[in-house]
Amino acid sequence: MRRETKRRSIFTRRALLVGAAQTVAFGAMGANLYRLQVREHGRFATLAKQNSINDRLIAPERGLITDRYGVVLAGNRQHWRALFMMTQAHDPQAVIDRFAALMALSPAERARIARDLAGKPRYVPILLKDDLDWSDMARIEVRAVDLPGVFVDVGASRTYPLGPQASHVIGFVGRPTQAQAQRDPMLALPGMRVGRTGIEGAHDHALRGTPGIVQTEVNVHGSVVREIDRDNGKPGAVVQTALDTGLQTLAATRLAGQAGAAIVIDAVAGEVLAMASTPGFDPGLFDTGVPAATWANWMHDPRRPLTNRAANGLYAPGSTFKPCVAIAALHSGAITAHTKFTCPGYLKLGDHTFYCWQHSGHGTINVVTAIQQSCDVFFYHTALAVGIDRIAAMGRRLGLVGPLDIGMPGASTGFLPTHQWARRRKLVWTKGNTVIQGIGQGFTQVTPLGLATMVARISTGRAVQPRLTRAIGTVHQADGLDYGWPSLGLQDRHLETVREGMTEVVNTPLGTGYASRLTLPGVRMAGKTGTAQVHDLSQAQEKANYNDANLPWKYLPNAFFIAFAPVTAPRYAVSVVVEHGNEGAAASAPIARDLITLALTSTAQRPAAKPGFVAGSQTVAMETAS
Amino acid sequence: MSGFVEYRPYYARSFGLVRKLLRINWLFVLACCALAGIGYAALYSAAGGHGEPYATPQLIRFSASLIMMIAIALVDIRLIAKLAWPAYALGLVLLVVVWRFGHVGLGAKRWIDVGGLHVQPSELMKLFLALALAAWFQRANYERVGQIPFLIPPIMAILVPAALILKEPNLGTAVITMSIGGTILLGAGVRWWKFAIVIAVVAVAAPFIYHHLHGYQKQRILTFLHPGRDPLGAGYNIIQSKIALGSGGFWGQGFLHGTQNQLNFLPEKQTDFVFTIIAEEFGFADSMVLITVLFSMIAMGFYTALRCQHMFGRLAALGISTNLFLYCFVNLAMVMGLIPVGGVPLPLVSYGGSALTAVMLGFGVLMSIHVHRDVEFGVSEE
Repeated sequence: MRRETKRRSIFTRRALLVGAAQTVAFGAMGANLYRLQVREHGRFATLAKQNSINDRLIAPERGLITDRYGVVLAGNRQHWRALFMMTQAHDPQAVIDRFAALMALSPAERARIARDLAGKPRYVPILLKDDLDWSDMARIEVRAVDLPGVFVDVGASRTYPLGPQASHVIGFVGRPTQAQAQRDPMLALPGMRVGRTGIEGAHDHALRGTPGIVQTEVNVHGSVVREIDRDNGKPGAVVQTALDTGLQTLAATRLAGQAGAAIVIDAVAGEVLAMASTPGFDPGLFDTGVPAATWANWMHDPRRPLTNRAANGLYAPGSTFKPCVAIAALHSGAITAHTKFTCPGYLKLGDHTFYCWQHSGHGTINVVTAIQQSCDVFFYHTALAVGIDRIAAMGRRLGLVGPLDIGMPGASTGFLPTHQWARRRKLVWTKGNTVIQGIGQGFTQVTPLGLATMVARISTGRAVQPRLTRAIGTVHQADGLDYGWPSLGLQDRHLETVREGMTEVVNTPLGTGYASRLTLPGVRMAGKTGTAQVHDLSQAQEKANYNDANLPWKYLPNAFFIAFAPVTAPRYAVSVVVEHGNEGAAASAPIARDLITLALTSTAQRPAAKPGFVAGSQTVAMETAS
Repeated sequence: MSGFVEYRPYYARSFGLVRKLLRINWLFVLACCALAGIGYAALYSAAGGHGEPYATPQLIRFSASLIMMIAIALVDIRLIAKLAWPAYALGLVLLVVVWRFGHVGLGAKRWIDVGGLHVQPSELMKLFLALALAAWFQRANYERVGQIPFLIPPIMAILVPAALILKEPNLGTAVITMSIGGTILLGAGVRWWKFAIVIAVVAVAAPFIYHHLHGYQKQRILTFLHPGRDPLGAGYNIIQSKIALGSGGFWGQGFLHGTQNQLNFLPEKQTDFVFTIIAEEFGFADSMVLITVLFSMIAMGFYTALRCQHMFGRLAALGISTNLFLYCFVNLAMVMGLIPVGGVPLPLVSYGGSALTAVMLGFGVLMSIHVHRDVEFGVSEE
């Protein structure tokens, strides 16, 4: 019994010891729990919030580009796409692999995803696949558990209803480069596009908008449990252009199949109503990705479809340059409206003979007749009399060359030679150089936009600044209707002389553009033809009055026509070029006539000029209404 | 001696069912029910506010095992003592079966199917070992306990199942099994210096043991040493678990409103990490209530051991209480990131039938000891 008592007392001692140890352990647990739950609560609460709340930036909708009446020229099409938030997957690469197996991604797509995985900030979702159809979406949803961080989202791609017809002036958007995306995290968002050319490029920042943010509660698999907060951001501003869809499509349609450009300017408001360049391209392809074959076609097409001929095509303007020479001469006093030169069909200068296009000659004529019949010899003499420096100065004054801020980047400035330039270039400037300068050949290089601007200025006598943009968002862009353009500072009688010559071009049977006179009652158009050689003919060919129609296409002369209407109250200025169109009167003038006709007959919605600014502008409507 | 009627108090004789029922420690039973209630709430929340698939099945299992516990409480402790070694042998057989044919779950073979029921023999083994050791030392006097040959069978009885459990592999349960065995040896009166030797040997052998650990066990130990090492890898559980505890604060985020729980950031939240749900949604205040209930149950186990008149009951109660303590300690320390993560559930709270049954079986025996605390166990060695 004593032993039993001893065993029991040993047990009791030791059990109490063990119990005490366990009590201490429990106390330590409680203390540690107090530390975690009460003392460090703030820190862990923050961590829990970060765990469960996921901030995701969403790309704003890109602003629309419309024509002057609100017709959409660049819009957005919604489509479904699969995005991937890499922070929500423990092993992003494994998720990508599973997704690739599910959707049969091409190696190129996989390469792009790998680039995005490595290069994009972690908090920005990356695009896995665009343009999902219902079966794609169903497959992704069914496998959602295996694809943590993958979610389907609605995105927008850019659409261009006019397609190739306005591709150059509207421009296109593309995916931001890696460098751009790193500079501006907003651009790293999937679906963000950067305007590259045209109006898309010029007003890219306004069109982009500000990104929104979606706060979602996610579980550990990255699946969204619910949306807490959504700020859609601000969609990009609507850019209203001055373009008139009717005129734009007519210009593109009439030029279709040829390499050319056409511009219609509202000379009073200074607005570009149409700016077409053919051949065009599908600008939407740059958003989704240009297929390699299409790209190769563009690159190998001798007509270079990606070039905006209207603003960047540099041409020797041929006879359409003559009004500029005439005004320079009249303004400088080198000739008067009554000065006459005799055209025997050629001009001999030293040992070189410069022919008139009409080898039989034009007789003794004044400047009005010279413009009417486009006499070359008259302008040989005129150019010699006025000199190239004054011609170049007048070219700049008339907006034919020099920078034009039309609201589109990269417009070419054109070029007119001067003696100073020749000296710099160490060229020996001869009279012969000056002579061909008088008929818009030689070093002269202008754009169709420059030509249209020149016409607008000659017709109104004002320093018209053509512009493409009417409004950005709700901010109206000032135009000539608000302030009136400043005067060119040229005497009206000189301008009137040239206008008279241009009127006769179209409205007299001897005029080179008579075939393309307007058929509208009571309204006349003034114009000037131009046929500019692009290929030096041999002396023998020139003597034989070589038949241009027999030349291969690429050696055919470029065909120009510039025009304005109505003669009594000039409102619309037009320039048309058809590359290798052979003859301005035949290839370009009818297009100009059709554009002017449409412009004159569809003025109902176009605002009138302020009273008193251009006399007779009210009459235009009355004239055309009949 | 014939004719002499030994005086036996009425309570030492076989006594009636009503008497037995009255001797059950109902406070302990109440504590069990309280735990199950807390567990129901936690599992209800783990399923996002639904009884299925965790809370309701678990409640049904608990009710069944509660009846089983009370039934066992009424079984004479001497019968249980007699069955201790056969049960131990059965446990060993089951462990061998698991080792050879068990189901693989979470990288370990722990389960076998018996008539459609998942059975985790390692859970049962801890109880059977405690009973077997208690039976072994029941008759031994103080001197016998001092003899080394007498200690070899019990030590083998500890090491063989421990090795089999380690082989599963289940490091946590193996360590718990050995700790229970060690505690019973301590209670039985094994001399202190012998423990000192064993501890010294283990300390020396530890590097070798580490070398032979399973990859994921090493990983757990390494992760324990540096939880931030790989926040999305093995340390993920610990970090998410600590965030859940910490974000609960004093009063909790509210029932069904714990973000860590409801958004599934908690790993195995309905089983091993069930405590994080309670801590996150009910806060420190109610976590302490839970811990207090658990502690009071352990204390009642010790009270039973100390009041018991026979060595079998004392040692078995000590083993069962220590088992409960180790469950709680390892589980809590695990969710707080204090020790390496191991597959140890929180008793009566975690989802899972096997552990619940094993724990309630143990409690049944504990209650039987309490009810039969002063029965005569025949003649002990003098």
